[in-house]
Amino acid sequence: MKRLITLNINGQDFDLAVSPRDLLVDVIRRKVGLTGTKKGCGQGDCGACTVLVDGRPVLSCLTLAVAAQGKKIQTIEGFSEGEKLHPIQASFVEHGAVQCGFCTPGMILSAKALLDRSPDPSEEEIKRGIAGNLCRCTGYKKIVESIEAAAEKLAAREEGRMS
Amino acid sequence: MKDLEVVGKNLPRVDAAAKVKGEALYTDDLVMAHMAYGKIKRSPYAHALIKGIHYEEALALPGVLAVITGEDAPKAYGIVPQAPTEYALAVGKVRYVGEGVAAVAAVDEETAEEALEKIEVEYEVLPAVFDPVEALERPDVVIHTKAKNNVMYEGKQEFGDVDKAMAESDLVLERSFKTSYVNHAFLEPHSALAHFDANGFLTVHSSTQIPHYLQRTLALVLDLPMNMIRVIVPAVGGGFGGKGEVASSELCAALLARKTGRPLKVTYERSEVFAQHKGRHPCVMKMKIGVSKEGIIQAVDFDNVLDGGAYGGWGIIVLFYTAAMIHLPYKVPNARFHGRRVYTNKPTTGAMRGLGGVQPRFAMESLLEDIAKELGMSPYVLRLKNAVESGYTTLSNVHVPQAEFKKCLQTVAERSGYLEKQGKLPLGRGVGLAGGYYISGTAYTLYMSYKPHSSALIRVDTEAGIVLLTGATDIGQGSNTVLAMMAAEELGVLAEEVHIVSGDTQLTPFDLGSFASRVTYGAGQAVRMAAQLINRQLYEVAAVELGVRADQLMSGGGKIYSRYEPGRTMDFMSAVAKYIDARGPLSATGHYSPPRKGMKGVQGANIGQSPTFGFSAQVTEVEVDLETGQVKVLKVTEAGDCGQPINPMSVEGQVEGSIVMGMGQALFEEIKVGSDGRLLNPSLHDYKIPTAVDIPEIDSTIVASYDPTAPFGAKESGEGPIQPVIPAIANAICDAIGVRFLELPITPEKILKALKDKNGELTT
Repeated sequence: MKRLITLNINGQDFDLAVSPRDLLVDVIRRKVGLTGTKKGCGQGDCGACTVLVDGRPVLSCLTLAVAAQGKKIQTIEGFSEGEKLHPIQASFVEHGAVQCGFCTPGMILSAKALLDRSPDPSEEEIKRGIAGNLCRCTGYKKIVESIEAAAEKLAAREEGRMS
Repeated sequence: MKDLEVVGKNLPRVDAAAKVKGEALYTDDLVMAHMAYGKIKRSPYAHALIKGIHYEEALALPGVLAVITGEDAPKAYGIVPQAPTEYALAVGKVRYVGEGVAAVAAVDEETAEEALEKIEVEYEVLPAVFDPVEALERPDVVIHTKAKNNVMYEGKQEFGDVDKAMAESDLVLERSFKTSYVNHAFLEPHSALAHFDANGFLTVHSSTQIPHYLQRTLALVLDLPMNMIRVIVPAVGGGFGGKGEVASSELCAALLARKTGRPLKVTYERSEVFAQHKGRHPCVMKMKIGVSKEGIIQAVDFDNVLDGGAYGGWGIIVLFYTAAMIHLPYKVPNARFHGRRVYTNKPTTGAMRGLGGVQPRFAMESLLEDIAKELGMSPYVLRLKNAVESGYTTLSNVHVPQAEFKKCLQTVAERSGYLEKQGKLPLGRGVGLAGGYYISGTAYTLYMSYKPHSSALIRVDTEAGIVLLTGATDIGQGSNTVLAMMAAEELGVLAEEVHIVSGDTQLTPFDLGSFASRVTYGAGQAVRMAAQLINRQLYEVAAVELGVRADQLMSGGGKIYSRYEPGRTMDFMSAVAKYIDARGPLSATGHYSPPRKGMKGVQGANIGQSPTFGFSAQVTEVEVDLETGQVKVLKVTEAGDCGQPINPMSVEGQVEGSIVMGMGQALFEEIKVGSDGRLLNPSLHDYKIPTAVDIPEIDSTIVASYDPTAPFGAKESGEGPIQPVIPAIANAICDAIGVRFLELPITPEKILKALKDKNGELTT
């Protein structure tokens, strides 16, 4: 039996009919139509389906859609600041951290969660922060560099705000 | 020649912004009205006759639209068309666990999956074999009737007099090596969306590297004329060779779309990606190298048994690539090859990044290291002495127009401090050196044809601006970016002014596809030629406007100007407007055909022929934990000769990705096969690939190089850099603990066992 639920995604409420076993990734991709969240393995191993739930990175392929009710879900589509790229996104573009791009949305959301909890991470922290996100193209080096650069940019922006 | 304005710059990828915003559409992201979903029923047996398939109950399930079996498309196909062995779905028998036997179309994936459970297949189980060497001696296991002793193909080559050269060598070393069964593990599973329009015209969107070969194969298997088929390639989430063959998903999507009359999508689960496989051939290799006491290579004798898995795939090509690969990057005056590609009851092997090169490279670079030690010579010096240079022609008639391999070796030795470290680090720590190279495209198509391998069309007008149409396929390697950059350079405009349309067999002119590191070199020549032709046409009109001769004109900074009187100048776009006013639409087609060389009368000697080659060298430093056997790759120092890099940032990305991928294969990646032929780890949970915490420090250098035969001097960079990775790690481990590993992957278990055996030896 399907149930009616409401999911808050990127600040917008979506009324959805789902079965209790429907996974968040499938509901986001198919029912809501936000395909930026990728499905690389369906088993919680690759991290491509990472979304933020109440600010924390969650594997949407291991999360039941019904369990995400009443929470704030953020996908890659809700990440840009209007026309402008978020500094993490801009940093990925500038530093060549994007090749095939399939891991990119999940990687960026993991990076966001990392920088939210640790605004000035060491290289080791960055590597650990994205260790759940597999990438087969880049060898991770430019991704780590992008996150380092984004952290600096975000810190500078924060300082600008304070002064 | 004018200074380069676009080529050589670290420009962001043309598709990077869309990808970071989650806006890039991959095949599984596409939805069509009335679309249905397909799923494939797979065999639980490694080798069995199909005695019957009963699917009435599945068909009766509400929401199920159609069921097909192998009988619906009994035409065999293969990427090598002379030896077709594969079917959309198994016909008559299955040859590996996971082979497709039937496919279901339904209104949603859940219903399709439920229907699969209701399909009954009667099997008569046959004996199976999983080891290629064993398969040679199992007459009771006949995987393909045409393949006696399960040998799909046997190849022999001999150049010079190997026996004489070995006899005259001062030192001859022979060892046996084994490589493992590894998968590409690209992040995006295969996906295909097929749709017939009201006129019977088929459009297939697919995550493929080879839209052209997919179009050909669809025509064959569905019995349609090619001109009734269009293949479109959306964004592709990585390929590395694994999407370089037609997949069952693509054929089933098209067959089910035809049967249901609805758009139909098939997307693989991760376990199905492992069943489709087409990964690297495990090789059982015996290699013998003879050298003079000065360390000059006299002869190489190479015997290789390749584990092909169940079907043909790229097999013959890979077999002869392993033969071709022993002729470079060192001068080899006598060479012999004997190889067999053998069928086993496992998912089929095929093309994977650096195909045919990685396995013999592991053997050869390991042997050279040991030879140097026996001669009391630095492995670096030995390699330098034998390294090829520009203008070298191999015994197998492969011409190397340009090579900076020595510069690669020198650079990595200097930057890593190799000479100070090798043999001198404390127990548990070591450095290893290795060299490598790869082709930049092939000399021949897979089927007999003289047509250009790449073509490109540029049309320019005052409405759409500059549009570059190319059949080249961007699979994440960045070809759309570098091709647009090359067009922009030639036309003298900004890269972002060139709008690129690619990967569409209907809209874009012909291209063979993304494999064999051929796109930057081959498609690049086509693009450059098209742009030059545009310039030539524009200059005729601009010359009249500027009052100078057309042959004095050049393009740059968005302008056309006289090279002698730079004041005489006009905007590129106003020249375009003038041209169109005077002469009508402006467009030009460029194309590229490689020189066809090869060697008549020598088996397989057309394979490995390439217009040019990229080179690479690496020094790797490792730390081996003597308690746990864990190897930590600390640092990889790499230097590559990719000619003039079109986009250095992209080249670095290829190099870094290659190093980390090769490291996985060296140390832990391996598909395990159970005694019944089931894959034991067909998931990214159990099939481990490197994560961010595993990566070494990487110091890569693009050595100064320019290949005059190449577009803007550029050669491959996507497959050469993976060649030295594995032997450099193996040589570093040997330097660290004094053990030569001959089998991949070099796991902690193997290291601990070797340390134990070695200590045992020392104490007894």
